[in-house]
Amino acid sequence: MGPLIPNGIIPEDWNYIIAILIGFAFGYILEASGFSSSRKLAGVFYGYDFAVLKVFFTSAVVAVIGLYYMDYLNWVDISQLFVQPTYLWAAIIGGMIMGVGFLAGGFCPGTSLCAVAIGKIDGIVFTLGLTIGIFIFSESFSALEPLFESSNLGNITLVDSLGISPYWIIFIFTIIALVAFYFSDWVRSKVKKVFY
Amino acid sequence: MVEKKQLNRHVYWNPYFGGFVLGLLIILTFYLTGRGLGASGALKSGVVTVVHTVAPTHAENNVYYSKFIKEGESPMNNWLVFEAIGVLLGAFLSGAFTGRLKLKVQHSPKITSRRRLVFALIGGVLFGIGAQVARGCTSGAALSGMAVLSTGGFITMLAIFGTGYAVAYFFRKNWI
Repeated sequence: MGPLIPNGIIPEDWNYIIAILIGFAFGYILEASGFSSSRKLAGVFYGYDFAVLKVFFTSAVVAVIGLYYMDYLNWVDISQLFVQPTYLWAAIIGGMIMGVGFLAGGFCPGTSLCAVAIGKIDGIVFTLGLTIGIFIFSESFSALEPLFESSNLGNITLVDSLGISPYWIIFIFTIIALVAFYFSDWVRSKVKKVFY
Repeated sequence: MVEKKQLNRHVYWNPYFGGFVLGLLIILTFYLTGRGLGASGALKSGVVTVVHTVAPTHAENNVYYSKFIKEGESPMNNWLVFEAIGVLLGAFLSGAFTGRLKLKVQHSPKITSRRRLVFALIGGVLFGIGAQVARGCTSGAALSGMAVLSTGGFITMLAIFGTGYAVAYFFRKNWI
């Protein structure tokens, strides 16, 4: 039963080869979906292109349905999958800083790597900025540590937070995604076209 | 030339198809490794490696860097670093197949390349800081988090997009 590498079904030696192959597919999908273009990505915030919303939410819905279905079939043990611990204020404030960074720079780390790969100079500069940002964070860590380490709620999921069955959460999440897709098409039909 | 431009606009995948394939990839990644995808982690490993090489004592005395420094093992010896190498290769190949390989600055005709690059740098710095504060970026925290219903993943996603919409007005000249 999965996950295969942690349970020793695929030997640990394959880990890095699998990492490159998975990364390869990830980069290919992002670039082919147009995520190497900052103007396409920014479109989601101005209503002229909703590719980010559609790709992001379709993949999240497909992944969560698939993983829970595989858990139901006993192909994978969902409790063994890594859930990032929730540090409430760090998640909110970090997310807000990333939101401003997204609008200023037009990329996020994964998409900027794709932009670098196809020769976008703005992507190269953004990626350089990322490393400077990581450096600034690390050098000022003693000042940021209280925020970084505070309000640790543990490795919680929405099942713990909301106290309802995961299947209901997935169902509601899917409905929200479908409504968002429909709404985004409506918005796009009202907004002035932007060509890039 | 004009014809090529028009072709380029339609050469991207349908977003629902792209999202579906990406969803399958996330499932496969969790099924194989027990963890999700990531992107900023590889850059963090790079920064830690450079600082540790240039100023070893400084890095070992810093509480944050020292979390990622292990005796006798390079911080580059990390799953996410190999994944990021794959991302570069995969994106390069997709760009090569579709004729998108080109050294250029992409920006709105209303702004100069210089302005675009200044904002790209500022945005990168902010995103780099934010991704460390939140322990992951759009890929690692938000997308992979949502796939396992992580509460933090949903909060980070809402904070990124909510703030994005809140500040979009101030950056409109750069994009529309």
